[in-house]
Amino acid sequence: MANKKYDFIEGLRDGLPIGLGYFAVAFSLGITARNAGLNSFEGFLSSILNHASAGEYALYSSIQAMEAYLEVAIITLVVNARYSLMSCSLSQRFNPNQSFFHRILMGFGITDEIFGIAIARPGYLSPAYYYGAMTMSIPLWGLGNALGIWAGNLFPANVVSALSVALYGMFVAIIIPPAKKDKIIALAIVVSFALSYLCTQIPFVKELTDGTRMIVLTVLISSIVAILKPVKEETINSEE
Amino acid sequence: MQHNVYIYILVAFLVSFLVRVLPLTLIRKPIKNDFIRSFLYYVPYVTLSVMTFPAIINATQSPVAGFVAFAVSIVASVLGAKLFSVACISCITVLILEYIII
Repeated sequence: MANKKYDFIEGLRDGLPIGLGYFAVAFSLGITARNAGLNSFEGFLSSILNHASAGEYALYSSIQAMEAYLEVAIITLVVNARYSLMSCSLSQRFNPNQSFFHRILMGFGITDEIFGIAIARPGYLSPAYYYGAMTMSIPLWGLGNALGIWAGNLFPANVVSALSVALYGMFVAIIIPPAKKDKIIALAIVVSFALSYLCTQIPFVKELTDGTRMIVLTVLISSIVAILKPVKEETINSEE
Repeated sequence: MQHNVYIYILVAFLVSFLVRVLPLTLIRKPIKNDFIRSFLYYVPYVTLSVMTFPAIINATQSPVAGFVAFAVSIVASVLGAKLFSVACISCITVLILEYIII
């Protein structure tokens, strides 16, 4: 029990920088939602239920354009498809006996950041740690969105600008430590940065939405690396 | 056709919920296939890299500030700074640079 409590508190602690980053991003997302005609409650509800920046951006744009419901379903599927890859990846780090309930609740909590800090911990995933991170960060995401709708451009632009890089700084802090130990990971990261940039420059390819670009590049690069440098069973186990 | 905000929100919720939960509930055993195991091992690093760059450059008012914050966060991580510190360092970098540039 003591262990679970400790894990939960650790989750809250690691969830704080995520939550602060969320707050800033959700705040600016709230301005988009406001332009689409949502009120603070609707913004809060959609954020708590979806907690996905690209997905919500697509949702608000669709509401504004009065798209068909089916269209919203398809675009949500495309933009959020990367979560199913993360979900597959997480499934390999679950205790095989983990209950159905935990799987559903932890699956629901998948975001880029929560996934990132969850896989950064060794061993089987700890539900308590995961819920700590969710408890701290997801309400801040909803709150930021509601406040963005309510307060609009109240925050000075330079503060919003500075806060908006917090998330990316965290991503970097997640991927660099394993890259120091594993040269293949380091190489994969450099290739990913380069191709991702190229794809925003090449004609036609640059028209792809961010979500589509992420899926295509993730599947492509991970497949190639997996074929060229398959991971030995011991390597994955020693990570655990 | 009626357009109800709550139905929009519900549709987006259902789709994103299933996308997140289905793989976790359907895959209950360790995967034996070497390719799939390796693929899933690399996925997190590739996804996070692709999401970070070049998005960080477009997130800030000045692309230069975003790029420098990106470089600074890599250096800080290589030197051993943890999650929260790296996030703070990159924010401060942007705040200072944009104060100078803009």
